[in-house]
Amino acid sequence: MTAPLLEVRGLEVDFLQYERGLRRRAVPALTGMDLTARAGEVVALVGASGAGKSLLAHAVLGLLPPNAVERGTVAVDGEPLSPEQRRRLAGHGTTLLPQSASFLDPLSRIGRQVRRTARLAGHADPRRAAEQALAERGLGREVLRRYPHELSGGMARRVLVAMAVLTRPRLLLADEPTTGLPTDLVRTTLREFRVLADAGAAVVLVTHELRAALDVADRVVIVRDGRTVDVADPAGFTGDGAALAHPYTRALWQALPGNGFRVPEVR
Amino acid sequence: MLRADDVWFRYGSAQPWTLAGVDLQVADGEVVGLCGPSGGGKSTLARVLAGHLRPDRGRVTVDGSEPRARRGPHPVQLVLQHPERAVDPRWTIRRALAATGAGDDAIAALDEELVRPTWLDRYPHEISGGELQRVNLARALLTRPRFVVADEITASLDAVTQARIWALLLERCRAAGIGVLAVSHDRLLLEEVAGRIVDRTPVPDRGPA
Repeated sequence: MTAPLLEVRGLEVDFLQYERGLRRRAVPALTGMDLTARAGEVVALVGASGAGKSLLAHAVLGLLPPNAVERGTVAVDGEPLSPEQRRRLAGHGTTLLPQSASFLDPLSRIGRQVRRTARLAGHADPRRAAEQALAERGLGREVLRRYPHELSGGMARRVLVAMAVLTRPRLLLADEPTTGLPTDLVRTTLREFRVLADAGAAVVLVTHELRAALDVADRVVIVRDGRTVDVADPAGFTGDGAALAHPYTRALWQALPGNGFRVPEVR
Repeated sequence: MLRADDVWFRYGSAQPWTLAGVDLQVADGEVVGLCGPSGGGKSTLARVLAGHLRPDRGRVTVDGSEPRARRGPHPVQLVLQHPERAVDPRWTIRRALAATGAGDDAIAALDEELVRPTWLDRYPHEISGGELQRVNLARALLTRPRFVVADEITASLDAVTQARIWALLLERCRAAGIGVLAVSHDRLLLEEVAGRIVDRTPVPDRGPA
Protein backbone atom coordinates (compact mmCIF):
# COMPACT_ATOMS: atom_id res chain seq x y z
CA MET A 1 0.00 0.00 0.00
CA THR A 2 1.37 3.39 -0.92
CA ALA A 3 1.96 5.98 1.75
CA PRO A 4 -0.92 8.40 2.36
CA LEU A 5 -0.63 11.75 0.66
CA LEU A 6 -0.84 13.52 3.99
CA GLU A 7 -0.16 12.04 7.39
CA VAL A 8 -0.16 14.14 10.56
CA ARG A 9 0.95 12.33 13.72
CA GLY A 10 0.82 13.75 17.23
CA LEU A 11 1.10 17.34 16.07
CA GLU A 12 1.50 19.81 18.93
CA VAL A 13 1.77 23.56 18.57
CA ASP A 14 2.55 26.07 21.32
CA PHE A 15 2.59 29.82 20.99
CA LEU A 16 5.30 31.67 22.89
CA GLN A 17 4.09 34.84 24.52
CA TYR A 18 5.84 37.46 26.57
CA GLU A 19 4.21 37.94 29.95
CA ARG A 20 6.03 40.73 31.62
CA GLY A 21 9.42 42.01 30.53
CA LEU A 22 11.36 39.09 29.09
CA ARG A 23 9.55 36.31 30.87
CA ARG A 24 7.99 33.99 28.34
CA ARG A 25 5.23 31.46 28.59
CA ALA A 26 4.12 28.77 26.15
CA VAL A 27 0.41 28.68 25.41
CA PRO A 28 -0.58 25.27 24.04
CA ALA A 29 -2.86 25.46 20.99
CA LEU A 30 -2.68 21.97 19.51
CA THR A 31 -2.08 19.11 21.93
CA GLY A 32 -2.15 16.00 19.77
CA MET A 33 -3.60 16.18 16.27
CA ASP A 34 -3.75 13.09 14.04
CA LEU A 35 -5.00 13.21 10.48
CA THR A 36 -4.54 10.95 7.48
CA ALA A 37 -5.71 11.80 3.96
CA ARG A 38 -5.17 9.49 1.00
CA ALA A 39 -5.40 10.32 -2.68
CA GLY A 40 -9.04 10.04 -3.74
CA GLU A 41 -10.40 10.87 -0.29
CA VAL A 42 -12.39 13.71 1.21
CA VAL A 43 -11.62 13.84 4.92
CA ALA A 44 -13.80 16.10 7.04
CA LEU A 45 -12.19 17.75 10.06
CA VAL A 46 -15.04 18.65 12.40
CA GLY A 47 -15.06 20.35 15.79
CA ALA A 48 -16.00 23.40 17.81
CA SER A 49 -14.65 26.82 16.99
CA GLY A 50 -11.35 27.22 18.78
CA ALA A 51 -10.65 23.47 18.61
CA GLY A 52 -7.65 24.12 16.35
CA LYS A 53 -8.99 23.08 12.95
CA SER A 54 -7.76 26.10 10.99
CA LEU A 55 -4.50 26.04 12.90
CA LEU A 56 -3.89 22.46 11.75
CA ALA A 57 -4.48 23.45 8.12
CA HIS A 58 -2.06 26.34 8.42
CA ALA A 59 0.53 24.13 10.14
CA VAL A 60 0.38 21.60 7.30
CA LEU A 61 1.26 24.40 4.89
CA GLY A 62 4.08 25.68 7.09
CA LEU A 63 2.27 28.98 7.49
CA LEU A 64 2.39 29.35 11.29
CA PRO A 65 3.69 32.64 12.71
CA PRO A 66 7.29 32.78 13.99
CA ASN A 67 6.33 32.48 17.68
CA ALA A 68 4.81 29.03 17.11
CA VAL A 69 6.68 25.95 18.33
CA GLU A 70 5.81 22.70 16.60
CA ARG A 71 6.30 19.07 17.64
CA GLY A 72 5.19 15.84 16.00
CA THR A 73 5.37 14.86 12.33
CA VAL A 74 3.73 16.03 9.14
CA ALA A 75 4.53 13.68 6.26
CA VAL A 76 3.67 14.18 2.61
CA ASP A 77 3.87 11.06 0.41
CA GLY A 78 5.31 9.23 3.40
CA GLU A 79 8.17 11.65 3.89
CA PRO A 80 8.30 13.78 7.04
CA LEU A 81 8.79 17.42 6.06
CA SER A 82 9.97 20.46 7.99
CA PRO A 83 7.75 23.57 8.06
CA GLU A 84 10.07 25.21 5.50
CA GLN A 85 9.78 22.27 3.14
CA ARG A 86 6.00 22.29 3.52
CA ARG A 87 5.90 25.96 2.82
CA ARG A 88 7.65 25.39 -0.49
CA LEU A 89 4.86 22.99 -1.44
CA ALA A 90 2.22 25.63 -0.77
CA GLY A 91 0.71 26.52 -4.13
CA HIS A 92 2.71 23.72 -5.78
CA GLY A 93 0.58 20.69 -5.21
CA THR A 94 -0.72 21.74 -1.80
CA THR A 95 -3.37 24.45 -1.78
CA LEU A 96 -5.20 26.27 0.98
CA LEU A 97 -8.73 27.40 0.24
CA PRO A 98 -8.90 30.15 2.86
CA GLN A 99 -11.78 30.89 5.13
CA SER A 100 -12.70 34.39 4.04
CA ALA A 101 -12.51 36.92 1.26
CA SER A 102 -10.06 38.90 3.40
CA PHE A 103 -7.39 36.62 1.89
CA LEU A 104 -7.95 38.35 -1.46
CA ASP A 105 -5.92 41.47 -2.22
CA PRO A 106 -8.37 44.31 -1.52
CA LEU A 107 -6.59 46.70 -3.90
CA SER A 108 -6.49 44.48 -6.95
CA ARG A 109 -9.27 43.54 -9.36
CA ILE A 110 -10.61 39.98 -9.31
CA GLY A 111 -9.55 39.27 -12.91
CA ARG A 112 -5.97 40.20 -12.18
CA GLN A 113 -5.81 38.01 -9.08
CA VAL A 114 -7.37 34.97 -10.72
CA ARG A 115 -5.16 35.34 -13.83
CA ARG A 116 -2.11 35.51 -11.60
CA THR A 117 -3.11 32.27 -9.91
CA ALA A 118 -3.60 30.63 -13.32
CA ARG A 119 -0.23 31.88 -14.53
CA LEU A 120 1.62 30.69 -11.43
CA ALA A 121 -0.04 27.30 -11.78
CA GLY A 122 1.41 27.06 -15.31
CA HIS A 123 -1.72 27.35 -17.43
CA ALA A 124 -0.79 28.01 -21.06
CA ASP A 125 -3.45 30.71 -21.48
CA PRO A 126 -3.99 32.22 -18.01
CA ARG A 127 -6.60 34.69 -19.26
CA ARG A 128 -8.82 32.02 -20.73
CA ALA A 129 -8.25 29.61 -17.87
CA ALA A 130 -9.25 32.31 -15.36
CA GLU A 131 -12.40 33.29 -17.26
CA GLN A 132 -13.38 29.68 -17.73
CA ALA A 133 -12.83 28.80 -14.05
CA LEU A 134 -15.08 31.70 -13.01
CA ALA A 135 -17.70 30.93 -15.67
CA GLU A 136 -17.91 27.32 -14.49
CA ARG A 137 -18.98 28.69 -11.13
CA GLY A 138 -21.62 30.99 -12.56
CA LEU A 139 -19.53 34.17 -12.45
CA GLY A 140 -19.68 36.26 -15.63
CA ARG A 141 -17.00 38.47 -17.19
CA GLU A 142 -18.26 41.53 -15.31
CA VAL A 143 -16.79 40.03 -12.12
CA LEU A 144 -13.27 40.31 -13.56
CA ARG A 145 -13.34 44.09 -13.25
CA ARG A 146 -14.61 44.18 -9.69
CA TYR A 147 -12.68 44.60 -6.48
CA PRO A 148 -13.15 42.09 -3.62
CA HIS A 149 -15.38 44.46 -1.61
CA GLU A 150 -17.79 44.64 -4.55
CA LEU A 151 -18.57 40.92 -4.29
CA SER A 152 -21.21 39.34 -2.08
CA GLY A 153 -20.03 36.73 0.42
CA GLY A 154 -21.19 33.90 -1.82
CA MET A 155 -19.47 35.33 -4.91
CA ALA A 156 -16.20 35.83 -3.05
CA ARG A 157 -16.35 32.23 -1.89
CA ARG A 158 -16.82 31.05 -5.48
CA VAL A 159 -13.86 33.15 -6.61
CA LEU A 160 -11.70 31.50 -3.94
CA VAL A 161 -12.87 28.04 -5.04
CA ALA A 162 -12.07 28.89 -8.66
CA MET A 163 -8.56 29.99 -7.67
CA ALA A 164 -7.99 26.88 -5.58
CA VAL A 165 -9.06 24.55 -8.38
CA LEU A 166 -6.92 26.45 -10.91
CA THR A 167 -3.82 25.45 -8.94
CA ARG A 168 -4.61 21.79 -9.75
CA PRO A 169 -3.92 20.68 -6.18
CA ARG A 170 -2.93 17.15 -5.19
CA LEU A 171 -3.80 18.12 -1.63
CA LEU A 172 -6.50 20.72 -0.96
CA LEU A 173 -7.06 22.12 2.52
CA ALA A 174 -10.44 23.82 2.49
CA ASP A 175 -10.94 25.96 5.60
CA GLU A 176 -14.65 26.48 6.40
CA PRO A 177 -15.47 26.91 2.70
CA THR A 178 -19.25 26.95 3.14
CA THR A 179 -19.94 29.07 6.24
CA GLY A 180 -22.78 31.47 5.61
CA LEU A 181 -23.58 30.10 2.16
CA PRO A 182 -27.17 29.20 1.22
CA THR A 183 -27.91 25.47 1.12
CA ASP A 184 -27.75 25.05 -2.66
CA LEU A 185 -24.34 26.75 -2.87
CA VAL A 186 -23.07 24.62 0.01
CA ARG A 187 -23.99 21.51 -1.94
CA THR A 188 -22.41 22.81 -5.18
CA THR A 189 -19.19 23.72 -3.40
CA LEU A 190 -18.90 20.40 -1.62
CA ARG A 191 -19.56 18.54 -4.86
CA GLU A 192 -16.52 20.30 -6.33
CA PHE A 193 -14.39 18.74 -3.63
CA ARG A 194 -15.85 15.31 -4.37
CA VAL A 195 -14.98 15.76 -8.05
CA LEU A 196 -11.42 16.82 -7.18
CA ALA A 197 -10.99 13.79 -4.94
CA ASP A 198 -12.48 11.43 -7.50
CA ALA A 199 -9.87 12.75 -9.95
CA GLY A 200 -7.13 11.67 -7.52
CA ALA A 201 -6.62 14.56 -5.11
CA ALA A 202 -6.82 14.39 -1.32
CA VAL A 203 -9.19 16.95 0.18
CA VAL A 204 -9.25 17.98 3.83
CA LEU A 205 -12.53 19.74 4.54
CA VAL A 206 -12.36 21.84 7.70
CA THR A 207 -15.86 22.62 8.92
CA HIS A 208 -18.12 22.96 11.93
CA GLU A 209 -21.15 21.91 9.88
CA LEU A 210 -21.25 18.19 10.46
CA ARG A 211 -24.38 17.43 8.47
CA ALA A 212 -23.16 19.03 5.24
CA ALA A 213 -19.78 17.30 5.53
CA LEU A 214 -21.37 13.86 5.75
CA ASP A 215 -22.65 14.12 2.17
CA VAL A 216 -19.15 14.11 0.68
CA ALA A 217 -16.71 12.82 3.29
CA ASP A 218 -15.09 9.39 3.27
CA ARG A 219 -14.05 9.81 6.89
CA VAL A 220 -14.86 12.26 9.66
CA VAL A 221 -12.10 13.32 12.02
CA ILE A 222 -13.47 14.84 15.22
CA VAL A 223 -11.28 17.36 17.03
CA ARG A 224 -11.75 18.97 20.40
CA ASP A 225 -9.60 21.33 22.44
CA GLY A 226 -6.62 20.97 20.13
CA ARG A 227 -6.57 17.20 19.77
CA THR A 228 -8.07 14.51 17.60
CA VAL A 229 -10.59 12.57 19.68
CA ASP A 230 -12.21 10.29 17.10
CA VAL A 231 -12.16 9.12 13.50
CA ALA A 232 -15.64 8.08 12.46
CA ASP A 233 -17.27 6.45 9.45
CA PRO A 234 -19.92 8.79 7.90
CA ALA A 235 -22.31 5.82 7.76
CA GLY A 236 -22.38 5.80 11.58
CA PHE A 237 -24.09 9.20 11.67
CA THR A 238 -27.62 7.92 11.44
CA GLY A 239 -30.65 7.55 13.69
CA ASP A 240 -29.79 8.35 17.29
CA GLY A 241 -26.09 7.81 16.69
CA ALA A 242 -25.90 4.47 18.50
CA ALA A 243 -23.22 3.31 16.03
CA LEU A 244 -20.89 6.14 17.06
CA ALA A 245 -18.36 4.87 19.56
CA HIS A 246 -17.00 8.10 21.01
CA PRO A 247 -19.24 10.00 23.45
CA TYR A 248 -18.27 13.43 22.09
CA THR A 249 -18.97 12.39 18.50
CA ARG A 250 -22.35 11.08 19.61
CA ALA A 251 -23.05 14.30 21.55
CA LEU A 252 -22.30 16.38 18.44
CA TRP A 253 -24.70 14.28 16.38
CA GLN A 254 -27.48 14.29 18.97
CA ALA A 255 -27.19 18.05 19.51
CA LEU A 256 -28.05 18.78 15.87
CA PRO A 257 -31.45 20.34 15.20
CA GLY A 258 -33.64 17.52 13.94
CA ASN A 259 -31.67 14.87 15.86
CA GLY A 260 -32.97 15.77 19.30
CA PHE A 261 -31.21 19.12 19.86
CA ARG A 262 -29.91 17.56 23.05
CA VAL A 263 -27.62 19.35 25.48
CA PRO A 264 -25.10 16.95 27.02
CA GLU A 265 -25.21 16.72 30.81
CA VAL A 266 -21.60 17.59 31.50
CA ARG A 267 -19.56 20.37 29.95
CA MET B 1 -46.46 42.94 21.49
CA LEU B 2 -43.71 43.82 19.02
CA ARG B 3 -45.16 44.89 15.67
CA ALA B 4 -43.82 45.94 12.32
CA ASP B 5 -46.52 47.57 10.21
CA ASP B 6 -45.95 48.08 6.49
CA VAL B 7 -42.20 48.62 6.95
CA TRP B 8 -40.19 49.78 3.94
CA PHE B 9 -36.42 50.14 3.96
CA ARG B 10 -33.59 50.66 1.47
CA TYR B 11 -29.91 51.45 1.87
CA GLY B 12 -29.98 54.78 0.00
CA SER B 13 -32.47 56.34 -2.39
CA ALA B 14 -30.79 54.86 -5.49
CA GLN B 15 -30.86 51.33 -4.07
CA PRO B 16 -33.63 48.76 -4.55
CA TRP B 17 -35.96 48.15 -1.62
CA THR B 18 -34.64 45.58 0.83
CA LEU B 19 -37.85 45.57 2.82
CA ALA B 20 -41.10 46.32 0.99
CA GLY B 21 -44.19 46.51 3.13
CA VAL B 22 -43.22 44.02 5.83
CA ASP B 23 -45.71 43.13 8.56
CA LEU B 24 -44.64 41.07 11.54
CA GLN B 25 -45.90 40.46 15.07
CA VAL B 26 -44.19 38.85 18.02
CA ALA B 27 -46.30 38.49 21.18
CA ASP B 28 -44.86 38.66 24.70
CA GLY B 29 -43.14 35.39 25.52
CA GLU B 30 -43.61 34.07 21.99
CA VAL B 31 -40.73 32.58 19.96
CA VAL B 32 -41.03 33.30 16.24
CA GLY B 33 -38.61 31.94 13.63
CA LEU B 34 -37.62 34.06 10.62
CA CYS B 35 -36.28 31.93 7.77
CA GLY B 36 -35.12 32.67 4.25
CA PRO B 37 -32.15 32.69 1.88
CA SER B 38 -29.20 35.04 2.31
CA GLY B 39 -29.86 38.40 0.70
CA GLY B 40 -33.53 38.16 1.61
CA GLY B 41 -33.40 41.05 4.05
CA LYS B 42 -33.55 39.01 7.26
CA SER B 43 -30.74 40.89 8.97
CA THR B 44 -32.04 44.22 7.74
CA LEU B 45 -35.42 43.49 9.27
CA ALA B 46 -33.69 42.43 12.50
CA ARG B 47 -31.85 45.76 12.66
CA VAL B 48 -34.98 47.76 11.91
CA LEU B 49 -36.89 45.97 14.68
CA ALA B 50 -34.11 46.67 17.19
CA GLY B 51 -33.95 50.35 16.25
CA HIS B 52 -30.49 50.20 14.65
CA LEU B 53 -32.04 51.31 11.35
CA ARG B 54 -34.99 53.66 10.87
CA PRO B 55 -37.59 52.47 8.36
CA ASP B 56 -38.24 54.75 5.36
CA ARG B 57 -41.96 54.09 5.74
CA GLY B 58 -44.11 52.27 8.24
CA ARG B 59 -43.74 51.80 11.97
CA VAL B 60 -42.12 49.51 14.49
CA THR B 61 -43.95 49.56 17.80
CA VAL B 62 -43.73 47.91 21.19
CA ASP B 63 -47.14 47.82 22.91
CA GLY B 64 -48.43 50.36 20.42
CA SER B 65 -45.79 53.06 20.72
CA GLU B 66 -42.49 53.63 18.97
CA PRO B 67 -39.52 53.10 21.34
CA ARG B 68 -37.79 56.40 22.02
CA ALA B 69 -34.06 56.81 21.92
CA ARG B 70 -32.28 58.10 25.04
CA ARG B 71 -34.79 56.71 27.47
CA GLY B 72 -32.64 53.85 28.65
CA PRO B 73 -31.90 50.63 26.82
CA HIS B 74 -33.99 49.81 23.77
CA PRO B 75 -36.75 47.32 24.66
CA VAL B 76 -35.77 45.25 21.61
CA GLN B 77 -32.22 43.90 21.94
CA LEU B 78 -30.30 42.54 18.96
CA VAL B 79 -27.80 39.68 19.34
CA LEU B 80 -25.56 39.01 16.33
CA GLN B 81 -23.71 36.09 14.78
CA HIS B 82 -20.16 37.22 15.54
CA PRO B 83 -19.82 37.99 19.26
CA GLU B 84 -16.22 39.13 18.82
CA ARG B 85 -17.49 41.99 16.66
CA ALA B 86 -20.07 43.01 19.25
CA VAL B 87 -17.74 43.65 22.20
CA ASP B 88 -14.85 46.06 22.61
CA PRO B 89 -11.67 43.92 22.44
CA ARG B 90 -9.96 46.20 24.99
CA TRP B 91 -12.65 45.88 27.62
CA THR B 92 -12.85 43.08 30.13
CA ILE B 93 -16.02 41.01 30.17
CA ARG B 94 -17.00 42.75 33.41
CA ARG B 95 -16.74 46.18 31.80
CA ALA B 96 -18.71 45.07 28.74
CA LEU B 97 -21.50 43.85 31.01
CA ALA B 98 -21.36 46.96 33.19
CA ALA B 99 -21.90 49.13 30.10
CA THR B 100 -25.55 48.07 30.20
CA GLY B 101 -25.91 50.10 33.40
CA ALA B 102 -26.06 46.96 35.50
CA GLY B 103 -24.48 47.30 38.92
CA ASP B 104 -21.85 45.02 40.46
CA ASP B 105 -24.57 43.14 42.30
CA ALA B 106 -26.49 42.34 39.14
CA ILE B 107 -23.31 41.16 37.41
CA ALA B 108 -22.27 39.07 40.40
CA ALA B 109 -25.76 37.57 40.51
CA LEU B 110 -25.61 36.36 36.89
CA ASP B 111 -26.33 32.67 36.53
CA GLU B 112 -23.11 30.65 36.23
CA GLU B 113 -24.65 28.73 33.38
CA LEU B 114 -24.67 31.95 31.40
CA VAL B 115 -21.49 33.70 32.55
CA ARG B 116 -18.90 32.01 34.78
CA PRO B 117 -17.41 34.32 37.41
CA THR B 118 -13.89 33.38 36.21
CA TRP B 119 -14.54 35.04 32.84
CA LEU B 120 -15.34 38.45 34.29
CA ASP B 121 -11.79 39.76 34.47
CA ARG B 122 -10.69 38.27 31.16
CA TYR B 123 -10.64 39.92 27.77
CA PRO B 124 -12.87 38.75 24.91
CA HIS B 125 -10.04 36.90 23.11
CA GLU B 126 -9.27 34.94 26.28
CA ILE B 127 -12.54 32.99 26.19
CA SER B 128 -13.93 30.84 23.38
CA GLY B 129 -16.44 31.97 20.74
CA GLY B 130 -19.26 30.02 22.35
CA GLU B 131 -18.44 31.49 25.77
CA LEU B 132 -18.33 34.99 24.35
CA GLN B 133 -21.71 34.46 22.73
CA ARG B 134 -23.10 33.60 26.18
CA VAL B 135 -21.65 36.87 27.51
CA ASN B 136 -23.29 38.64 24.60
CA LEU B 137 -26.65 37.12 25.50
CA ALA B 138 -26.18 37.97 29.16
CA ARG B 139 -25.49 41.57 28.17
CA ALA B 140 -28.70 41.76 26.17
CA LEU B 141 -30.68 40.21 29.04
CA LEU B 142 -29.16 42.57 31.64
CA THR B 143 -30.94 45.47 29.93
CA ARG B 144 -34.24 43.75 30.85
CA PRO B 145 -35.53 43.79 27.28
CA ARG B 146 -39.09 43.02 26.27
CA PHE B 147 -37.89 41.30 23.09
CA VAL B 148 -34.69 39.68 21.86
CA VAL B 149 -33.87 39.48 18.15
CA ALA B 150 -31.34 36.65 17.69
CA ASP B 151 -29.76 36.97 14.24
CA GLU B 152 -27.88 33.74 13.38
CA ILE B 153 -26.47 33.73 16.90
CA THR B 154 -25.19 30.15 16.65
CA ALA B 155 -24.29 29.97 12.93
CA SER B 156 -20.55 29.83 13.59
CA LEU B 157 -20.72 27.45 16.53
CA ASP B 158 -20.59 23.67 16.76
CA ALA B 159 -23.77 21.69 17.37
CA VAL B 160 -23.23 21.06 21.09
CA THR B 161 -22.54 24.72 21.84
CA GLN B 162 -25.49 25.72 19.66
CA ALA B 163 -27.92 23.50 21.56
CA ARG B 164 -26.57 24.74 24.89
CA ILE B 165 -26.91 28.44 24.00
CA TRP B 166 -30.46 28.05 22.73
CA ALA B 167 -31.48 26.12 25.82
CA LEU B 168 -30.15 28.96 27.99
CA LEU B 169 -31.81 31.70 25.93
CA LEU B 170 -35.20 30.00 25.74
CA GLU B 171 -35.22 29.22 29.45
CA ARG B 172 -34.40 32.82 30.42
CA CYS B 173 -36.94 34.29 28.01
CA ARG B 174 -39.67 31.92 29.12
CA ALA B 175 -39.03 32.85 32.76
CA ALA B 176 -39.15 36.60 32.08
CA GLY B 177 -41.88 36.60 29.42
CA ILE B 178 -39.48 37.95 26.78
CA GLY B 179 -40.52 37.50 23.16
CA VAL B 180 -37.89 36.15 20.77
CA LEU B 181 -37.41 36.53 17.03
CA ALA B 182 -35.00 33.79 15.95
CA VAL B 183 -33.41 34.60 12.59
CA SER B 184 -31.67 31.80 10.71
CA HIS B 185 -31.17 30.18 7.33
CA ASP B 186 -31.39 26.82 9.14
CA ARG B 187 -35.01 25.69 9.07
CA LEU B 188 -34.31 22.63 11.21
CA LEU B 189 -32.93 24.88 13.94
CA LEU B 190 -36.00 27.14 13.82
CA GLU B 191 -38.29 24.13 14.00
CA GLU B 192 -36.54 23.20 17.26
CA VAL B 193 -36.77 26.61 18.90
CA ALA B 194 -39.74 28.49 17.45
CA GLY B 195 -43.48 28.18 17.94
CA ARG B 196 -44.12 29.42 14.40
CA ILE B 197 -41.92 30.22 11.41
CA VAL B 198 -42.21 33.17 9.04
CA ASP B 199 -40.57 32.92 5.61
CA ARG B 200 -38.91 35.86 3.95
CA THR B 201 -38.18 35.86 0.27
CA PRO B 202 -36.22 38.61 -1.48
CA VAL B 203 -38.52 41.41 -2.63
CA PRO B 204 -38.94 42.03 -6.34
CA ASP B 205 -37.51 45.34 -7.43
CA ARG B 206 -40.44 47.74 -7.27
CA GLY B 207 -41.29 50.98 -5.54
CA PRO B 208 -44.01 51.58 -2.97
CA ALA B 209 -47.45 51.75 -4.51
